[in-house]
Amino acid sequence: MSSDPDAPDSMTIIAFSGDLDKLWPTFILSSTGAASGMDVTVFFTFWGLFPLVKDDVRITGYDAMTKALAGMNAPGMKKAKLSKLNMGGSGAWMMRKVAEKNKLAPPEDLFAMCQEMGVNLWPCQMTMDLLGVQPEHMVEGLGEPVGAATALQKMAKSDINLFI
Amino acid sequence: MPDAAKVVDAKGQTCPMPVLMTAKGIKEIESGEILLLEVTDNGARSDIPAWATQTGNELVESEEADGVMKFYIRKK
Repeated sequence: MSSDPDAPDSMTIIAFSGDLDKLWPTFILSSTGAASGMDVTVFFTFWGLFPLVKDDVRITGYDAMTKALAGMNAPGMKKAKLSKLNMGGSGAWMMRKVAEKNKLAPPEDLFAMCQEMGVNLWPCQMTMDLLGVQPEHMVEGLGEPVGAATALQKMAKSDINLFI
Repeated sequence: MPDAAKVVDAKGQTCPMPVLMTAKGIKEIESGEILLLEVTDNGARSDIPAWATQTGNELVESEEADGVMKFYIRKK
């Protein structure tokens, strides 16, 4: 907690996994941090980049292997899997139902809140190049793609740094 | 009870929505005015005081009846 309320804290989250059950804490903490006056940045890298791909984009990639990877790891937030007990998607489906029953907002809504609250949403340029994700594949309202040095520069100034 | 310039109804909402709705509501009132938050999420019992401390807004008063918590928050 800030001793000086006029000096906002800052938080940087490295969103690495792309798992459904990890999108929740990522977006809950980042939206709440921004709502608490913090400067919040989420750096989406590796598997973490795929939830930023539009749900109607089925395959990303630039050659057979990257397209196959996208096929095995369907992009889009709606297709995010559970980190355990996914059971071919039925686990993820059940978790969404449980969340809905308990009035927990879905990741899509929390992501929209992050955007509304001014969270910096940074895609990893290297991951985009590596896995062939084009800017037009991704949802609106993101920051410019950046690299490790930019992410580290932010992390060096952050009071809270998380890897999720 | 202090007079509220704005009432935020977060009843039935769970973490983190009550805090997000409070943060949005507080932007819509003037400094010194009071926001009344009505909430049923148990997490709010600690979350709203924590949010107030973090943001420098003053938690003037709180009460609880019939499962509904009411927080009166003065904008800094």
